[in-house]
Amino acid sequence: METNNSVPLSQLEAGESGVVLRLRGGRGFVGRMAALGFTPGATLRVARNSGGGPIIVDVLDTQIALGRGQANRVYVRQRENDE
Amino acid sequence: MCVNGKMTSSEQVTATGTQVVEKTATLALAGQPNVGKSTVFNILTGLHQHVGNWPGKTVEQRVGRLEHDDVIFHVVDLPGTYCLTAASPEERITRDYIIHQEPDVVVVIVNAAALERNLYLVAELLALGAPLVIGLNMIDVAEQEGFEVDPEILSENLGVPVVPMVASRAVGVHDLVDEAVAIVEEGPSSEPHRPHVRQDHQQVLDELRGLIEDYVPAPYPHDWVALKLFEGDEEAATMMRDILPPERWAMVDDILQQHEDAIIAVASGRYEWIEEMTRTAIKRPRIGRVTVTQRIDRVATHPFWGLILLALVLALIFELTYSLGGPLQEWMATHVVEAFSAWLAASLVSAPAWLSGLLVDGILGGVGTVVTFVPILAVFFTVMGLMEDIGYMSRAAYIMDRFMHSVGLHGKSFMPLFLGFGCNVPAIMGARIIESRRSRLLTIMLAPLVPCAARLGVLAILVPIFFPHNATLVTWALTGLPLVVLALGGVLVNRLVLEGEEAAFIMEMPLYHMPYPKSIALLVWRRIMAFLRKAGTVILIVSIIVWALASFPRGDIEASYMAAIGRFLSPVGALMGLGWRPLVAILTSFVAKENVVATLGVLYGVGENSGALAQVLSASLTTPSALALLVAEMLFVPCVGTLAAIKQETGSWKWVLLNVALLTLLTVVAGTITYQLATLLL
Repeated sequence: METNNSVPLSQLEAGESGVVLRLRGGRGFVGRMAALGFTPGATLRVARNSGGGPIIVDVLDTQIALGRGQANRVYVRQRENDE
Repeated sequence: MCVNGKMTSSEQVTATGTQVVEKTATLALAGQPNVGKSTVFNILTGLHQHVGNWPGKTVEQRVGRLEHDDVIFHVVDLPGTYCLTAASPEERITRDYIIHQEPDVVVVIVNAAALERNLYLVAELLALGAPLVIGLNMIDVAEQEGFEVDPEILSENLGVPVVPMVASRAVGVHDLVDEAVAIVEEGPSSEPHRPHVRQDHQQVLDELRGLIEDYVPAPYPHDWVALKLFEGDEEAATMMRDILPPERWAMVDDILQQHEDAIIAVASGRYEWIEEMTRTAIKRPRIGRVTVTQRIDRVATHPFWGLILLALVLALIFELTYSLGGPLQEWMATHVVEAFSAWLAASLVSAPAWLSGLLVDGILGGVGTVVTFVPILAVFFTVMGLMEDIGYMSRAAYIMDRFMHSVGLHGKSFMPLFLGFGCNVPAIMGARIIESRRSRLLTIMLAPLVPCAARLGVLAILVPIFFPHNATLVTWALTGLPLVVLALGGVLVNRLVLEGEEAAFIMEMPLYHMPYPKSIALLVWRRIMAFLRKAGTVILIVSIIVWALASFPRGDIEASYMAAIGRFLSPVGALMGLGWRPLVAILTSFVAKENVVATLGVLYGVGENSGALAQVLSASLTTPSALALLVAEMLFVPCVGTLAAIKQETGSWKWVLLNVALLTLLTVVAGTITYQLATLLL
């Protein structure tokens, strides 16, 4: 089950998954994020999000900590939790 | 024998007539961060390594030597990078090195537990055309996490040799070097399967390559330059704009303008290739499995328990440092430095007084005291190194990011600043891990406000003299003061100077793993050496100057140039309730923070006698003056070693002078406020 809403990654709660739709930012930011696995179509799972401060995301078998500013610039389509 | 590439070979006939064949080749070690690359480097080169900086950059360069069979490898450790854009100095160094130095073989270490992401760098390296060997490291960790990677299938898919390894136990390193030797001697045995751009962009990329092909200068590979242009790489664009005829550049630029988001197509193409390479080579983990890392992180990155854990870890680090390092420091001070001073003084009895004074009081008094801090630093750096090595420090950075952010710093600023409690020199050098230049500069500028072991040592001696009943409380207040100033300084600079600048916080949280003692030992060694080098150079020179100022013109400190300076500054001292003696003591802390105590001893004519110093100090300084003196000691300009580190890391005297000016001003203002308030209230 998938919904079509595009939301910033920072709005996903811990345990929720999403698929990257697009990254908003300069080439530097996009290139850096792409090297860590954040490309359109990639599946992510939020491991930590305490509502403020940085979040932790599972992507490509790695945990990446992202500042809230960066997490606001990654747009995802939320996936129903299938776990 | 086949000689390949740049490899050189020379044959010599020895005295006994046997032929010795000596071949040298260059091996570059590449990899993403957190893959165990430095462990591999340490195993390969042992103590035959040299640490310096890449020319013109504040990025650490490590090179070493490795003999294997009949090949002598010059091993170059390239900086850890996730990709090869031109965005960071590390990335530029790595790609420039491979393009211009053409190493005979590039060994790229990948983490088997995060293979797909790690192959992104391999995709970038293949585009550069360098002959690769892949070290598939951490296969034990991957197994723990439930992955199975088949190195043979992976190697077949990639067309590149793949060697399974567990570097932390030195497993597979020998095979890795064998593969490197094979490449050097026989060349790559198969053509690698290179990545492509996403299908819908292939035609445009071909068109772009066609436009530049005849103009790309050697030694740049055409395909790579075309790809980098397409990605929007500024270095590639600048290079080609200068070389191409204007009308041709206009055509290229036109294509680039139309495909501004091509970086996504290039990156997606790389992931498609990775998927193709790994599909048959990886077995995925079973779902729902809880790993060791996840279990630890339930606490370590928890918004509440994570903070508690961090506080406990930091408390433990301090406790260990001072309970183990403290007695060792005292032992060194009495049995090594003082014993040596006494011996030196005794053997210089017949020498001119100035020589004895210079050597015993000037040099040993300055450099010697600094050196006694080595045991404390050794313990502190070992515990810190352990925390870094097992992977905890990135959790600490994550936990602290929110707080650091509110004072304009960055989660990654936390680690270097915390190192500052040991010594400010490695703290300032540690700020290198912060990518954003602004955040790094701010961290460097604020680092001197972290009270180092020497400042804390002075507190431990002076506070009980002035405040025998409230020593603990006063010590905590005085330790907290510079930290509060640090936070306020961060907020101010962030609001006023760097407004609107957002420093990106993007950081991998590596899997926890068992510590590798050799890496920690080398790290501790390097940090201690950085500290000792400062002691042996700048601190030595300034010790001599300060000694000269305090001894000339007549060998009597009361009538010395130093006293004259102190008296000249006494109007400023009066604001803070400090006479010229404490003022001079603060000034001499410029050599090393702990000099304050020794200078006070000399100026009040009690020398090293601590009982007498306590008496004369408590008699001659009122409580408000004593507080002002201690506040000044905590805030005054850092020692000359730290200033030298600031110069080295920022590359400019401007920041050093700014630091000195700001902290001097701060000392006078805070000292004055303390004295005036305390006089009113007490």
